[in-house]
Amino acid sequence: MTAIDTELAIRARDLRKEYGSAEGLVRAVNGVNIDIARGEALAIMGPSGCGKSTLLHLLGGLDRASGGELWMRDLRLDQMNEKQLAQLRRSEIGFVFQAFHLMDELTARENVELPVLLAGRPQSEARRRATELLGEVGLSDRADHLPSALSGGQRQRVAIARALANEPIVVLADEPTGNLDSAATLDVLELFQRIHTAGQTLVIVTHDERIAATADRLITMRDGAFVDETVLRGGTVGPLGAYLGLEG
Amino acid sequence: MKQEVILALLAKEPSHGYQLRGRLSQALGPLGDVLNGGQVYVTLSRLEKAGLVFSERTPGLPDRPDRRMFELTALGQERVSEWLTEVSWPKPDLAEFHLKLIAAASAGLADPMAIIDAQRRDLLRRLREAQLAAIAEPRGSDGSLLLEGIVLRLQADLRWLEACQASWTVRRSQS
Repeated sequence: MTAIDTELAIRARDLRKEYGSAEGLVRAVNGVNIDIARGEALAIMGPSGCGKSTLLHLLGGLDRASGGELWMRDLRLDQMNEKQLAQLRRSEIGFVFQAFHLMDELTARENVELPVLLAGRPQSEARRRATELLGEVGLSDRADHLPSALSGGQRQRVAIARALANEPIVVLADEPTGNLDSAATLDVLELFQRIHTAGQTLVIVTHDERIAATADRLITMRDGAFVDETVLRGGTVGPLGAYLGLEG
Repeated sequence: MKQEVILALLAKEPSHGYQLRGRLSQALGPLGDVLNGGQVYVTLSRLEKAGLVFSERTPGLPDRPDRRMFELTALGQERVSEWLTEVSWPKPDLAEFHLKLIAAASAGLADPMAIIDAQRRDLLRRLREAQLAAIAEPRGSDGSLLLEGIVLRLQADLRWLEACQASWTVRRSQS
């Protein structure tokens, strides 16, 4: 196994995912190369069916690539067996989905505790971590509520707290604001900014330009491949008020 | 900025220039940072010449512009009422960009897709700054509402660029 640059959170080389065969062959992810630095926030945009969610699933070990190489820090995902991959998903990757995917019968606190317990750590530690994270996402007073008693924005904040529970190498988010109204989207954006500032690596697949624009780097996909890359961090477009013609 | 804005801000009560500046910066939040401090006084002086406001020196204070108290005249009151009922909206200037793409493609001078990409990057960077400012601004403040407007407008522009991109992709493949 080749060790990679330890500053990288993720590296993919010629990553491919194909479905079907012969004439019916679909290249959902078609030879993607990517380096994602530790602490970087990366957004991936593209039209429906461009392969962005499939790519996210490959990066998160939810799906297996048809070919190519994939590292997460110094771990080589494409060479892992199912058991190793499951272990990696549980302890090193946080997932955030559009539809939240919380356990309906568990309270907010229990949902956040779950990944800590699944990683084999004691209940007391899980409780402490869940309490701390629910505080960070502003839901201390909702800790004992079931998801059904929470708004969409609150559910997604619980899901983000859950994603952070095991201090993962990377948080992968698939359309995290797709089901949220404007105010709840702003809450989630603020939260992502906060965890990004704290050094968390983030990869976010989104249709929402607001989320994409606040990432460090934006990749645009089409037909399974990267077609554009925009570095957004750094640089300035001048004072915002000038955009409204207020200067002078 | 239209003179009527200053005039209308004065409608609340007779005010000093610095009080008007305070109201403006409260209403604009971080977007007001680009305002020139003297702009309010220049506008007030123009409004006074036009007979829409009058001013008097506050007794006992040195003769400095910001010691003057400004008040609407009857004409000024009337102008404010008219302005409040006017329906006005900034016109989106999309034709220039649209024609740029068409001209570039027809003359073979530049790749429309490259023009779209460059414009998209610029809008994304503006959106980034507006969105980060919106996150930092207290919820429910006047400034945050204005920032939301900018964010929504930039999103609309970005979506139109997406439509441009899709259309020019097809045109290019057909040519």
